[in-house]
Amino acid sequence: MTRITVTVNGAREETAVEAHESLLTTLRERLGLPGSKNACEQGECGSCSVLLDDVLVCACLVLAASVDGREVRTVESLADGSALDPVQRAFVETGAVQCGFCTPGLVVATHALLRENPEPSLAEIREALSGNLCRCTGYGQIVEAVQRAAKTMYLHGLDDE
Amino acid sequence: MNAFSYVRPRTLSDGLRLLRSGASALAGGTDLLGLMKDGLARPELLVDLTGIEGLRGWSRAKGKGLRIGALTPLVELEEAEELHRAMPILRESLRDAATLQLRTMGTVGGNLLQRNRCWYFRDQATACWLKGGTKCFAVEGENRLHAILGAHECVAVAPSDLVPALIAYDAEIALASSRGRRTMKLADLYVAPHGRERREHVLRPGELITEVRVSESALARKGAFQKAMERKAWSFALVSVAAAARIERGVARDVRLVLGGVAPIPWRVVAAERGLEGSGFDEAACAEAADRALQGAAPLRDNGYKLPLARELVRRTLRSLVV
Repeated sequence: MTRITVTVNGAREETAVEAHESLLTTLRERLGLPGSKNACEQGECGSCSVLLDDVLVCACLVLAASVDGREVRTVESLADGSALDPVQRAFVETGAVQCGFCTPGLVVATHALLRENPEPSLAEIREALSGNLCRCTGYGQIVEAVQRAAKTMYLHGLDDE
Repeated sequence: MNAFSYVRPRTLSDGLRLLRSGASALAGGTDLLGLMKDGLARPELLVDLTGIEGLRGWSRAKGKGLRIGALTPLVELEEAEELHRAMPILRESLRDAATLQLRTMGTVGGNLLQRNRCWYFRDQATACWLKGGTKCFAVEGENRLHAILGAHECVAVAPSDLVPALIAYDAEIALASSRGRRTMKLADLYVAPHGRERREHVLRPGELITEVRVSESALARKGAFQKAMERKAWSFALVSVAAAARIERGVARDVRLVLGGVAPIPWRVVAAERGLEGSGFDEAACAEAADRALQGAAPLRDNGYKLPLARELVRRTLRSLVV
């Protein structure tokens, strides 16, 4: 076992991890954060997408031992208590959720996209989310949710100014 | 995954010292960790290179060409505007490679050394020839995605999109081990598995790629990259084509043509390049080059479609250099 210190959703966490343990396992099984989902374990489906030092990665392909001293943000950081954030709300409002398994990864990937590109085109949305597989919705409502979230966040940004 | 020890050295010399037999180098982990999860790689020691300073990022010193550190994440090559102006083919070739998540994690060095995607090779239960078995199961089995050119005992194809693009610019790689350093042409790194060579590249045990270099004169070339996929995203190339040339007053010089997805190695076609030398990439010259590029092709049961696909993709990619 190796001891690591990692900042998760703003809080400093110290935990022991196995050499072969993925960041995804650490988040879900040691730190009580089951939002990031465990599906393909091969970095192919995006359901475990998190931000590592602000970069979108698949937590299943990151060794927990390698995140010592780094910063992780998961889907759990987004809602404020029971108040959903604009991306989560948009997913609910457009019906972009069916079984829900891919949703946390998609929500995190959408955040990563809108932070870099607040007004993405349809093609940019599809490209940015191509690493997040959904087997239920057919993606139509997901794209709609991203467009809706972009609009909300853009207008909200104008309010702030 | 097997049990292993994990170390994260801070310097290259420490890293090289640790890379003894039984150790594997870990960079982005997008290929290696998948192989380990499937039991296809079983290192006793994992040497995580990501803590090593100086192997990440790129630079272009005046007149000295481009240097790209092996630990540079693929997404950095794709997004850097200055790099895009210097060598647009990098973004073109990476744009449709894997997914955003895999490009933020994956590194240049790892991309160059990724293992093939043959489903028999990737299946832990199948003792294929490349893994030390007696036969290649793809030759008589499911071979829709396999080689039509240049294969010997193993018909898996070179999977990288970036590599053909780099070879079209005569990229070199710098290598380091605890015994010393050397450089080689990137194209020379690859070997079609055959005979006693049951491997895809000639990197020596304990050796690392530290840098990719593209000369200033190669950067003067115009380049183009095209990729045919089964769907529009998140797919390995059925066929990819990288082409580059210096075009002076409409006349092509230093033509390079390299195909991915068709052979066990990045498939450079010198005969086609020669035919294009001095041409203006007119329709007839491009069509003839496309024919030459596929000369000697020997499709398997299910991959005959790659022949017309590759021919047309070569023609289009070459034409796109001038129209």
